Amino acid sequence: MKHRPPLVRRTTLAAIAAALLLPGAAWADLPMTYLITNGAAANPLAHLGWGLMGLSVFVIVFIALAVLIGIWRGRRSWPTDAAGRPKLLPGVNAAPFVVIGVCVSIVLLFGSAVWTFFTLAHVSQPPKDPAITLDVTAHQWWWEVEYKHYGQKLRTFVTANEIHVPVGEPVRVRLISPDVIHSFWAPELFGKMDVIPGQTNITWFEAAKAGTYRGQCTEFCGLQHAHMAFHVVAQPPAKFHQWWTHQLADAKQPVSPAAQQGEKVFLHHCAVCHTVRGAGGPDIIAMGKLGPDLTHLMSRHWLGAGTVPNTTGYLAAWVENAQSIKPGIDMPTMDLTNRQLLDVVAYLQTLN
Amino acid sequence: MAEVPTYRTPEVITPTRDFLDKMEEMWSDPPGIIGWLSTVDHKKIGRRYLVTAFLFLFVGGLEALIMRLQLAQPNEHMVGPHLYNQLFSMHGTTMIFLYALPILSGFSNFLWPLILGTRDMAFPRLNMFTYWTFLLAGAFMYIGFPTGQGTDVGWFNYVPLAGPMYNPGPGVDIFSLGMIFLGISTTAGAINFIATMFRTRAPGMSISRVPIMIWGTLVANIGILFAVPAVSLDFFLLWLDRRFGTDFFNVSGGGHPLLWQHLFWIFGHPWVYAIVLPAMSIVSQCLPVHCRRPLVANSAVILATILTMVLGFGVWVHHMFATGLPVIAMGFFSAASFVIVIPSAVSVFAWVATIWTGRPVFTTAFKFFAAEIILFVIGGVSGFMTAAVPLDWQLTDTYFVVAHIHYVLIGINVFPVIGGIYHWFPKFAGKMLNEKLGWWNFWLMFIGFNVGFFPMHISGLLGMPRRIYTYPAGLGWGDLNLVTTIGAFLFALGVLVFIVNVVVTLLTGKRAPANPWDGDTLEWSTSSPPPHYNFGVIPHVGSLHPLWEDRLEKSEGRTILHEGLKLDEEHEIPGTTILDAEADVILKMPGKSFAPLIMALLISGVFIGMLLEWWWISGAAMCAMFPALLYWFWPSAEVGRSPKESRA
Repeated sequence: MKHRPPLVRRTTLAAIAAALLLPGAAWADLPMTYLITNGAAANPLAHLGWGLMGLSVFVIVFIALAVLIGIWRGRRSWPTDAAGRPKLLPGVNAAPFVVIGVCVSIVLLFGSAVWTFFTLAHVSQPPKDPAITLDVTAHQWWWEVEYKHYGQKLRTFVTANEIHVPVGEPVRVRLISPDVIHSFWAPELFGKMDVIPGQTNITWFEAAKAGTYRGQCTEFCGLQHAHMAFHVVAQPPAKFHQWWTHQLADAKQPVSPAAQQGEKVFLHHCAVCHTVRGAGGPDIIAMGKLGPDLTHLMSRHWLGAGTVPNTTGYLAAWVENAQSIKPGIDMPTMDLTNRQLLDVVAYLQTLN
Repeated sequence: MAEVPTYRTPEVITPTRDFLDKMEEMWSDPPGIIGWLSTVDHKKIGRRYLVTAFLFLFVGGLEALIMRLQLAQPNEHMVGPHLYNQLFSMHGTTMIFLYALPILSGFSNFLWPLILGTRDMAFPRLNMFTYWTFLLAGAFMYIGFPTGQGTDVGWFNYVPLAGPMYNPGPGVDIFSLGMIFLGISTTAGAINFIATMFRTRAPGMSISRVPIMIWGTLVANIGILFAVPAVSLDFFLLWLDRRFGTDFFNVSGGGHPLLWQHLFWIFGHPWVYAIVLPAMSIVSQCLPVHCRRPLVANSAVILATILTMVLGFGVWVHHMFATGLPVIAMGFFSAASFVIVIPSAVSVFAWVATIWTGRPVFTTAFKFFAAEIILFVIGGVSGFMTAAVPLDWQLTDTYFVVAHIHYVLIGINVFPVIGGIYHWFPKFAGKMLNEKLGWWNFWLMFIGFNVGFFPMHISGLLGMPRRIYTYPAGLGWGDLNLVTTIGAFLFALGVLVFIVNVVVTLLTGKRAPANPWDGDTLEWSTSSPPPHYNFGVIPHVGSLHPLWEDRLEKSEGRTILHEGLKLDEEHEIPGTTILDAEADVILKMPGKSFAPLIMALLISGVFIGMLLEWWWISGAAMCAMFPALLYWFWPSAEVGRSPKESRA
C-alpha cells in the first residue's frame, strides 16, 4: 500500500483546491482538513472525497444551469389567455427527459457505490500487523493514552492528550470510554471512530510523514466538548524509540529547593488525582487516577487537552484556577498560597 | 365520525343564495372565545398550526442567531458552554419537531378538504385535539429553557450523556416526556390524514385523480405512523432509566448505549422524509401552476415519493457509520443510502422538465419553488457524499453535515413553505401577498441562506466539529464563520420581510379573486377565503386537473362543480370508496366541542404529574379522561336525528 498519493496527483489536488476556493491554496497548512492527508488510513478517504465532491459539484452546476436556462427560456413568446397571463397548455411530453436523467443518475450512483466499497474494504484493515497497540481512554474531557505493546516489548506506560508514533508504522488503537460517548479523530491521519462505553472499538492509522497532527473529539460529550483536542506527534522511528524509552522511566527527583518544596505541595494537594511515577517516598506516593498522568508533563506541548499551550504562565494559571480556563472540568480551584503555587510549578517543570 | 347508512338519496341541486346562507350559518362557529376554543373547523385549525409553527420557527431562529454571534470569531465569550449547549439543543428540537412537521400539518389541515372537495377532515374533533396537544406539548418542551433548565444534550439526546448519571437535571426529563406527549399529537394527526384521504374524497376523485400534494402528505403520515412508536418507546425507556433506575441504556446494568441510537434513527431518518416529502409535494403541486402546464411525469413522481418513504426505513444506520459496526452491515446501509437518491432524482428531473417545457410566470411563489430545486440538489449531493461509509468517517459530526441538514430542512422545507404561503395566501386569508415585498423577501432569503450555509460545507471540510461553543484561532475556521454569521442575519432579515409582508397584507392588501393563479385543483373553485362550508354542493371530480380539463387535450372526464349532492342536514359530507371514490354513505360530522381541548389539558396534566413525580396529578388526570371521553363521544341530538325528524 502506498503511503501517500503520487506527487503529481497531490499537486493536481492542490491546484483543484486552489481553483475551487482562493483560501484553498493554503489548505495544506490547515491542521484539521481531511482533503489533504498524510496517512494510509486517510489517503483513500481523501481520494474518494475529491471524487465524490467533483461529481457533486458537477451535478449541482448541471441542474442549476438547467433550472436557469429553463427560466431564461421562459421569456420566449407564448400565447396569452383572456386574463393576459401565459396560456395554459398541455405541454410536450417530457417524460423521456426524466427517464434519461434518472438512468444517467443510476450509472453515476452505481460507480460511486463500487468505489465506496473498494475503499471501505481497503481501509478497514491496516496494511500489515501493527507493531504498536495503544489503549486510548476518552474521558470528559481529555484523552488518556496507554502504550500497551511495542514490537516485542510489553512494558506499558500512561500519558495523556499527546500520542507519539513512528513514521511509516501502522498503529492499532483500542478505544475505551468510562463515561459517555466520544469520537476519536485526527482528520489528516484517520477518519472518526466513536468511543462508546460498553464496547471496545478498534481502529488504526499510520503517519506517512513526520509532524504534529491535531485531533479532536467529535461526538458531543457535554459541557467542554469544544475543548477536547489531542495531538499526534509522528517521529522517525529512532526518535520515537528514544521518546518511548524516556516515557518508560520514572520521574527524576527534584533538585532545587523550590522544586523539592513543590513536590511536597504536589503530594498533598494534587496526588490524589494525578500520578507522577517515582514521586514521594514510602509514606506517600502520587498514584491518583482521576486526572492525567503527569510523570513526563513537560514533554507535552499542550495543557487541558489542547486548550492552552504548556508555557510557564499557562501552567501556573491552570494549577491555580483551571476552572477559569475550562469551566466545568473535574479539576477544582486549588487553594494555594503564592509560595505554594510557585513551588509546585517549579516542581512540575522538572517533570520533563 | 358517526357512520349512518345511506337512509336517503340526496337530491342533486344547484345551490341558491338562500341555500348557501343556510349552509354558512350551519357551519360557522359562535362568536367570541367560546367559538374560538370549541371550533373544529379545519381551516381555523390549519391557520393555527401555521401561525404556531411559525412562532416556533421565530424562536428557534433567534436561538440560532445567538449561536452565530458566539461563533462569528474564534475564542468568543458571549455565551458560555452551559447556555450554548441549551441553545443548540433547543434550536434543533424546535426546528425539527415544533416547526418542520407542524407547519406542514398547517398546510394539510387547511388545504386537504378543499383539494379533496369536501367540507372537513375525517375526524374534526381529533383534528382539533392534535392542534391542542401540539401546542401544549410545545409549551411543555419549553418550560425548562427560560430558567436555564432546558435540555442541553442535543435533539439526538445520546445516552449515556442524557442518562441519569451525567445529566441528572430536569432538562432531559422535560424533553423526554415532551417528545412522548408530542408523539400523541403527531400520531393522531397521521391517523386523521390517512382516514381523510381514503374515505372522504369528493365523488369521482378516484385514486388516479388524487392531486400530488395529497400523496406527499399521505405517504409522510403513513411513515409517521410506523416511525413515531420507536422514538416514543426510546424516550419512555430513557425516562424509566432516569426515574426508576432501570438499565436499558446503562452499561453496568447490562444495557447498551447503541440501543438508543438504533431506536432513535429508525425513527429519525423516516422523520426527515416526513418533513420533506409533503414540502416537495407542495412544489410538485404548485410549480406547474406557475409554469402553465401539468407536472411532467406526475405518476412517476408519486411512485418516487412512495419509494422514498419505504427506502427511508432502511437507511438509519448511515447515522451510525462511526460507531464500529461490522463492515458488511455498513456496506448494506451505504448501498441503500445510494439507492434512495434515485427517487429524488425523479422529482428533480420532473421539476426541471416542467420548467423547460412550460412557460414560467415569475411570481414570488415560483422563485421559491425554483430555488428549492437548486437547494434540494445541493442538500441531496452532500447527503450522497455522506452515504459513502469511509468518506462519512471524515464528514460526520463536522459542519459539512450541519450544512447538509440545513440545505435539506431550509431548502426543501422552508423554501417550499414560504412559496406555498405566497401561493395559497388567497385561500388562507383572502388576500394577495405583496409581490414587491415578495421580491425582497425572496432575494434576501436566497442570498442570505447561501452566504450563510454554503461556507459551512467548507468549514466542515476544514475539520470544524459540530456542537462546539468555541474554537481556537489558526485552524482556518474564523473567516468562514464570520461569513456564515453575516449570511444568517441576511436570511433572518428575509424572514422578517416575509412577516412584514404578511402583516401589511392582512391590514391593507387587496382582496383576492377565487383563482388568482389559474390553479387546477378544487380549492381554487371556492371563494378566497373559502366559506365555512367549503363547497355549497359537493363537486363531482372527473379528472386530475378539475379546473383545467376543458383546456387540456386529453382530459378523461368532466368535473361538475355547480350542481351536486344536497347535503344540508347539519354537518354532512359524503363518504366515498377507497379506490374509485364512489359515494357510499352520508357521514354525519361532529360539530364544535370543548372535548378536544379538555382532553389535551388532561393529557398535559398526566405529563406534568410525571415530570414532577406528583403521581396523584397524573392519576387524577387519567381518571378525569373517562368522563371527558364520554363528553367527547356523547351522541348529539342533531347528529342522531332520524331523517323524518330532521325534515320536519
